[in-house]
Amino acid sequence: MKKVYINSIASISPQKTYDNCNFLDEITEYNDTVIFAQDPDYKQYIPPAAARRMAKGIKMGVVASKIAMDEAGIETVDAIITGTGMGCMIDSEKFVSAIIDNNEQYLTPTSFIQSTHNTVAGQIALGMECKAYNFTYVHSAISFESALLDAKMQLENNEAEHILVGGVEELGAHTTKVHRLINHIKPEPVSISEVLHSKTEGAVFSEGTNFFVVSNEKTKSCYAELVAVETFNTLQKEKVSEAIETFLKENNLKLDDIDLVVFGNNGDVDFDGYYNKLSEGIFSKTQQVFYKHLVGENNTVSAFGVWLASKILKTQTVPEIVKINKINSSEIKTVLCYNQYRGQNHSLVLLRKC
Amino acid sequence: MSKGVAITGMGIISAIGNNVAENYDALINQRKGITRVDNIETIQRDEIMVGEVKFTNDELIAQLNLPPENNYSRTAMLGVIAAKEAIANSGITNIKKYKTGIISGTSVGGMDMTEKYYYEYLTDKETQKYIESHHAGDSTQKIAEQLGVEESLVTTISTACSSAANAIMLGARLIKSGKLDRVVVGGADCLSKFTINGFKTLMILSDTFNTPFDENRKGLNLGEAAAFLVLESDAVVKAENKKVLAYVKGYGNANDAFHQTASSDNGDGATLAMEKALRVADLKASEIDYINAHGTATGNNDLSEGRAILRIFGEEMPEFSSTKAYTGHTLAAAGAIEAVYSVLALQNNIIFPNLNFKTPMKEFSMIPQTELKKKELNTVLSNSLGFGGNCSTVIFSKEA
Amino acid sequence: MSELKEELKGKIIEQLNLEDVSVADIADDDALFGDGLGLDSIDALELIVMLDKDYGIRLSDPKEGRKIFESVQVMADYIEEHRTK
Repeated sequence: MKKVYINSIASISPQKTYDNCNFLDEITEYNDTVIFAQDPDYKQYIPPAAARRMAKGIKMGVVASKIAMDEAGIETVDAIITGTGMGCMIDSEKFVSAIIDNNEQYLTPTSFIQSTHNTVAGQIALGMECKAYNFTYVHSAISFESALLDAKMQLENNEAEHILVGGVEELGAHTTKVHRLINHIKPEPVSISEVLHSKTEGAVFSEGTNFFVVSNEKTKSCYAELVAVETFNTLQKEKVSEAIETFLKENNLKLDDIDLVVFGNNGDVDFDGYYNKLSEGIFSKTQQVFYKHLVGENNTVSAFGVWLASKILKTQTVPEIVKINKINSSEIKTVLCYNQYRGQNHSLVLLRKC
Repeated sequence: MSKGVAITGMGIISAIGNNVAENYDALINQRKGITRVDNIETIQRDEIMVGEVKFTNDELIAQLNLPPENNYSRTAMLGVIAAKEAIANSGITNIKKYKTGIISGTSVGGMDMTEKYYYEYLTDKETQKYIESHHAGDSTQKIAEQLGVEESLVTTISTACSSAANAIMLGARLIKSGKLDRVVVGGADCLSKFTINGFKTLMILSDTFNTPFDENRKGLNLGEAAAFLVLESDAVVKAENKKVLAYVKGYGNANDAFHQTASSDNGDGATLAMEKALRVADLKASEIDYINAHGTATGNNDLSEGRAILRIFGEEMPEFSSTKAYTGHTLAAAGAIEAVYSVLALQNNIIFPNLNFKTPMKEFSMIPQTELKKKELNTVLSNSLGFGGNCSTVIFSKEA
Repeated sequence: MSELKEELKGKIIEQLNLEDVSVADIADDDALFGDGLGLDSIDALELIVMLDKDYGIRLSDPKEGRKIFESVQVMADYIEEHRTK
């Protein structure tokens, strides 16, 4: 079985992350309940004729994929695999509301076509003229990890050499409005420094995208080795520690071997307990970081966790703003990312310095 | 890597039957399930025909014994019915005995409830329970819950009309790689105003019975359905002394990279998908005994797919047919529906006819199988082609 | 007639989201599809809906559209002849 490497990364998020030369050097402060991604100059990457039908999510996905391809220094890939929990919300909303508002009359095709979940992966393929394997996973908070797992299997078995993997999520106004009604969104604005201690229900909703070129050969730009990915549809709070220990054991590792954990805390008082239990339990002596205070919560934001871990492994620096505790590892060789959303769809991603 | 993955159970609900036996009966008696739409209020009613499961949502709720406060979309309910039949058919009584996952394909997801309560959500608390069932993964989570699959790999694929074929593909690879011992794979999609009006705007809905591969085809009939297969590793088959219905022998996915919705004139993507599947199966084109074509009866699909089939099979064309005239195009579920039909074809050595065909297409001389035909079948190739240029082929076989 | 043509140009730009094109950029005889404005089959479907909604002209076959949408001039001529509103 071949080893798998993350050879390039790209992120568009509510922070200014689209420039790979920076690593959270400048932090954009927010005090809100919903935060939007910061736009790169899309025109620099997408010709106007192609961009005219693209909603924000599609533009973000296409641009992030190009940034990742550029950094990896390759022209094409053997597979394009994306994850999106909610899909193309802006066009979906546009088409549903048009159906209702116009009583099914005078509807036009563009928003319907663009609403399809695999639009981003399809557009990337179209732009690259890439006829290879093209999948889109749409399973809530593990959409990205499903894509990553698929890629990893193909690379390990040498069915592919380079795969573009990414997660993308865009905010739709109506969807945001209705999620507010069921308390999935925080009732009051919170600032970055308050998120973890907000003691309120719900999360700060957001959007963004993260793309990676993963390969079974290490290149100069390599960030990390992707050691293992596992997902769980359900997992009781009491069983997360056990699941992690089993997972590590399967990868011939002990708890002590983990130099840093990346948690998916979003400040939701009902569900942060999953992380707190680990933070105070099996990982109480481990360096811990988090990121959702900076980039909010969405179905594929855990890919930002992988982005963060990759950056940390490559640069061997941990920005102050992401630190949860005061423990500092002298060398960061092995990183574990753990995420869940509303108590369901848990994921573990294990990365190693390359 | 070329060894087949065992199929040990299957379940289905479609416009032509509520289980595998009913579907088979309709197939061999050439009974199609295409009618006017009854369960959805739409102004398009008199302009389109659909392949509809005739149970109302209330009837499905009763059948599944769901509590009144449930928030199941129709997609989820259809999916649960088919998945439960597959598990029973496979003789599984203890799902936790082996490491079991679920991979489902859907494109509509919970859109049926979203379009019904879109504005009501803002004012009517009663309806708000469905907000959380909108996303595509919700139906799969519910299937997992109903089957008792916990702490496992449960995921959803949405690649438009090839979704379920891709779910089968991922499932087979998970078994081969040893990640799972057993995996329930398939897809579910219900009819919705969203898809009815969406395809209407593309002007590819027929106002009458769809006629795959016919020169005068007028477009597709949308359908709703769910189907699931149980895939098991050789170790499980051996340990449990399982009866194997057929094997997933090969699979391939490729992208046409031509146009957002239309297929390329020469069917590049479909050609690549079939080539890959044959390679994985380690079979020559001449070793395929029957092709269950995607054959949606749109002008574009049948021409593009037909050319791709010609490119692969040339002079050695086996019998081919599309079963869309029976069921309509069930979108994300189509690959699973046709997987069940492919396995039935293998089990019974029978080729299902391509109904409603009259006039050969002028672009080529391909003529689908129009009568029910008995033939010794060892291999069946099934195509599923979708939006975004997504092209998939799965090959099923009698022997591993 | 020239008013209708200006109106059509504006609608094409708006409906098809041609951000970098202005009314002055489209000549009456410019090809709308292919090498001209570069419109495609999805745009044709959008324009078919526009014909129905704004001028009361219903096309049942998208292929008919391609001839009508050859240029703004051809479109305007067709609309003048067939419009019901």
